[in-house]
Amino acid sequence: MPETEPLLSVRDLTVEFPTRHGPVRAVDGLSFDVPRGRTLGIVGESGSGKSVTSLAVMGLHTGARVAGSIRLDGRELVGLPERELNRLRGRRMAMIFQDPLSSLHPYYTVGEQIAEHHRVHFGSRRAVARRLAVEALAEVGIPEPARRAGEYPHQFSGGMRQRVMIATALVCEPELLIADEPTTALDVTVQAQILELIARVQEERGLAVVMITHDLGVVARVAHEVLVMYGGRAAERAPVDGLFGAPAHPYTRGLLDSLPRLDDRDDAPLRAIPGSPPSLLSPAPGCAFAPRCPRPALGTDEDRARCEGERPPLAGPAAHPAACHFPAYGGVAS
Amino acid sequence: MSSTTPLLSVRDLTMTFPGRGPRAARVRAVDGVSFDIAAGETLGLVGESGCGKSTTGRMIVRLLEPTSGTVTYDGRDISRLPQRALKPLRRELQMVFQDPHSSLNPRRTVARTISDPLLVHGSSAADARRRAAELMDLVGLIPEHLDRHPHEFSGGQAQRIGIARALATGPRLVVADEPVSALDVSVQAQIVNLMERLQAELGLAYLFVAHDLSVVKRVCDRVAVMYLGRIVEIGPKDRVYDDPAHPYTRALLSAVPLPDPAAERARERIVLRGDPPSPAAPPSGCTFHPRCPKAQDVCRTEPPLLRITAAGEAREVACHFPETGPVPGDGAGGPGSVRS
Repeated sequence: MPETEPLLSVRDLTVEFPTRHGPVRAVDGLSFDVPRGRTLGIVGESGSGKSVTSLAVMGLHTGARVAGSIRLDGRELVGLPERELNRLRGRRMAMIFQDPLSSLHPYYTVGEQIAEHHRVHFGSRRAVARRLAVEALAEVGIPEPARRAGEYPHQFSGGMRQRVMIATALVCEPELLIADEPTTALDVTVQAQILELIARVQEERGLAVVMITHDLGVVARVAHEVLVMYGGRAAERAPVDGLFGAPAHPYTRGLLDSLPRLDDRDDAPLRAIPGSPPSLLSPAPGCAFAPRCPRPALGTDEDRARCEGERPPLAGPAAHPAACHFPAYGGVAS
Repeated sequence: MSSTTPLLSVRDLTMTFPGRGPRAARVRAVDGVSFDIAAGETLGLVGESGCGKSTTGRMIVRLLEPTSGTVTYDGRDISRLPQRALKPLRRELQMVFQDPHSSLNPRRTVARTISDPLLVHGSSAADARRRAAELMDLVGLIPEHLDRHPHEFSGGQAQRIGIARALATGPRLVVADEPVSALDVSVQAQIVNLMERLQAELGLAYLFVAHDLSVVKRVCDRVAVMYLGRIVEIGPKDRVYDDPAHPYTRALLSAVPLPDPAAERARERIVLRGDPPSPAAPPSGCTFHPRCPKAQDVCRTEPPLLRITAAGEAREVACHFPETGPVPGDGAGGPGSVRS
């Protein structure tokens, strides 16, 4: 652990949902830290557990059983009563989602909604909250903020709505911002604006940011550190340059190899990963990636039995651990 | 291309939708789009949401009736044919949709989904089933799974079924509308490779409609960039990607995040102001002018025509002040990096 305590510290987080067919473990033994002023990118595909992780941190995991530890500035959040969690949500940590329209109330003006958020958390007077709402809209780059505060969500474009969400998240001056696929529903030119905005407010306010995305390009642009998730578990964690420069886990390497790239000269067929992401209903006893991984077939029978029968722990260098029995450190293909 | 007749030729294609409400303006979703596709060729059609790219694709297969303009397939104008007369053409013109699961009937077996187009076109039940099994194999599925239902397949497998259905009647042109954008990243490459292999084996032509510029670069021979219902730039892939002439194309390319942190830091990005305007109230002149970093007076009044910028140039651009050279800082890492 570095000399200063990270703002967010997650240890052995496990999230289970009860179903008719028994509990489904959506997140399994996940650990990570996010210091102030840094961005952690969490990358994964559908069912990887990345969104469930963010909901668990926010205490929004309705109906799920959460085990492990989530500490915000040293304070344990797991098991905290709802009332206390409510005070922390918004005030110290805030979240923005993929679809801003479903997070905004259609009957209230955006100014009212942002002001309401502040009034609930700080008991501020109407006029004060209203002024802060207009300031927040100005900070996120909405032109004519005083006039637009009086408009309704449907009068805003998709990109402007996401700015409104960010303004709502920022008005209580949180220290942690969780952004769950914040640009996935937006066009690429608008995505660039929103990513720039998040980076700017992070720098100005020294926010800790968790950026959840399926897009490795977004991660490369905004993250300082990256956590790759697969089948509810951490596959690999590394500083952004290390992850892209020398991916240790065959899944990460496979993803990078399979991406069509704008800066590619090569027109050979893409190196696709066979198969599909795993189902959480029937988790494999060994490595979740083993059925799609090229490595087991390359090794001895004993190697293969290990990949298929023994779940690899997240291990290796502290700065760049990988959950693989045969990690490819140093950029050597496994 | 110029010497032979193109397989598909689209001229001045326009689609106007009635606005909502009694006094609402009509929305011109597609406004005078023209392009050709040669046999065996892939044309990529890119643009952001609401630019009219999907509407264009749907007019070509006549899922939508164009307001005006012509669609000439194999030398014959099909844009005004009555639905009955379209039936033989549907063998040749097929479509693949974005969401594989919602475009498959959940209550039908795969065998039925794939063989239905064959039965419609007069095959016997036994022949249709045999052909469905062949198609399963062709698209990389297990023919023994013919009697399963869509929910038993993953997203990538379901998209393979959608492709098999499109190929059942032996089409020459497939309109693929965002065929990989609903799939997991690790599965997208499988479908891209499958579509490329099928093209090589069957000599298919594709109209590949997508918002993902990286995927389109991989699959297409030529590319058309749409903005607010119009094509703003069209030409061979290398010309458009390596030397984009329209300021919108340049901004679009520079906005795509590269999966490479060093390249991202070194890049100079053109960040456009604002959002694309509504097609119900398009700006005057060049519709891109309110967001264009280079706009001048003439751009506010005169709509630019799609034209070549030099003799022998294969790429056309609709801009009064077209640019040249690669997008600054792209790939190689340009000077004056703007890292925000």
